Amino acid sequence: MKKLINDPNDIVTEMLDGFVAAYPNAVRRVPDTTVIVRKDSPVENKVGLISGGGSGHEPAHAGFVGHGMLDAAVAGEVFTSPTPDQVFEAIKAVDSGAGVLLVIKNYTGDVMNFEMAAELAEAEGIKVDHVVVNDDVAVEDSSFTTGRRGVAGTVFVHKIAGALAAEGASLEEVKAVAEKVIHNVKTMGMALKPCIMPASGEPGFELAEDEMEIGIGIHGEPGSETKKMASANEIVDELMEHVLPELELSGSDEVAVMVNGMGATPAMELYVLNKRVQEQLSEKGIGVHETFVGDYMTALEMAGFSITLLKVDDELKKLLDAPSKAPAFLK
Amino acid sequence: MNLDVQTTIAWIQKLNDKIQSNKDHLTSLDRAIGDGDHGINMARGFQEVSKVIEGAEFSSPSDVLKKVATTVMSKVGGASGPLYGTAFLKMSMANKEETVDGDGLAGMLEEALAGIKQRGKAEKGEKTMVDVWEPVVEAMNEEFDSGRLREVAQSSMEATEELKATKGRAAYLKDRSIGHLDPGSVSSFYLFEAMAEALEESE
Ligand SMILES: Nc1ncnc2c1ncn2[C@@H]1O[C@H](COP(=O)(O)OP(=O)(O)O)[C@@H](O)[C@H]1O
Ligand SMILES: [Mg+2]
Repeated sequence: MKKLINDPNDIVTEMLDGFVAAYPNAVRRVPDTTVIVRKDSPVENKVGLISGGGSGHEPAHAGFVGHGMLDAAVAGEVFTSPTPDQVFEAIKAVDSGAGVLLVIKNYTGDVMNFEMAAELAEAEGIKVDHVVVNDDVAVEDSSFTTGRRGVAGTVFVHKIAGALAAEGASLEEVKAVAEKVIHNVKTMGMALKPCIMPASGEPGFELAEDEMEIGIGIHGEPGSETKKMASANEIVDELMEHVLPELELSGSDEVAVMVNGMGATPAMELYVLNKRVQEQLSEKGIGVHETFVGDYMTALEMAGFSITLLKVDDELKKLLDAPSKAPAFLK
Repeated sequence: MNLDVQTTIAWIQKLNDKIQSNKDHLTSLDRAIGDGDHGINMARGFQEVSKVIEGAEFSSPSDVLKKVATTVMSKVGGASGPLYGTAFLKMSMANKEETVDGDGLAGMLEEALAGIKQRGKAEKGEKTMVDVWEPVVEAMNEEFDSGRLREVAQSSMEATEELKATKGRAAYLKDRSIGHLDPGSVSSFYLFEAMAEALEESE
């Protein structure tokens, strides 16, 4: 394993300190926690918006903390949900009395830890609610199983719910718009190369030189299928084949697009991929409101990408366009 | 078969020893059908548990288990942290006697299982730790016996290999999850094996 780290046990806390040092005027770290908050938290009369999860997804989630987006991000160990006490610290740090909304990605661990934190907060009289993001269409949508994972589409939830919260909307309204995004956002990803966990030094799966993994998540786990390598256009076509039908788009609909790098994909290749995504959409007569190409929700040094489509209406477009001072999502 | 403070501490320390020496094994099981962190999570958490209970004063097994629960909840993370945290918390609430007898132990385990199922919403057969806890609770409700505890925990842990996961991260793999042991079931086996050993040595 070759990584730019010191002691693997210190990786999360060193990353957080380095992050705060990069944006000292925008964010601060709640002392003795793994919580990053807006420097001016808690913001008076504003619903607090909190996200978080395992580390290794940078710039998620701390990079989305800032005016117009998140109030706090809670970092767990690499790919491991943060614990309830840490999430509870975040809730206390951002609560101004207007209530707090937790944005949880749908993983058993994240859901349980965040729910336990919400129970702790409720016991102290803080108004807390949550939404669960499940945009990954690679996984079967079923109420009998764990269900779909939350992946890159979560960034749109942060942006849009954050914009509405910044306008002074109520907890119920912020939750409703977050759920509207969740309902309208779908993602699917693939990998060329696995990532290596710093603590174990091992890759999550093996791939031969001529193979790729389709339907991967963001934790270096194996995907739904191992396939023979194909061209960029063929791969985009395959992912779009899964994502598009889920949104039931018709001619006059518009989408926001995210072509998200998994951590070790050259920007050059992301643009090549985006070219095909846009061709596919325009062939189908689907309008594109805005496109985001880059690393937003990564899996360490995994090589690969995901395509996210968000079906937008006037409300979502306006909130997506609103200003954001989050370091990884400046608008 | 009685559990007192000393035996409870011995149980937890033995569990920690097993987790530390099988850390890589648990992690590689999780790498096959999860995200490769189960051994790391458990080792980090129980290292801390071992430290906080060492040399501390406790008035009852319940007292020890409560300390274990809060430490596990704040140090393990992932899915296993809240689940084991809840299990230890329920055990500590189920019986506050200074010495817990066999019936009391069976009752504690039953409460823990109920807590795990309530928190994780998994039923038996979904390839999770419930597949070890439920058969163990059923057997111990008939009669608490350390030999039988070890046996049932081991055979039900081994039986998870053939199951298809529908809960937890392994569910993403669907049929690809078959043919691998469930990591959380293996760590649950260590928990019961450590318990059996501690009880036997205290006699
Ligand atoms: N819903 C659930 N109910 C009971 N046990 C579960 C559930 N989900 C996962 N588990 C257990 O947790 C184990 C995985 O723990 P761990 O790897 O530490 O957490 P994570 O899955 O968040 O990475 C699984 O092997 C399984 O036994
Ligand atoms: Mg795991």
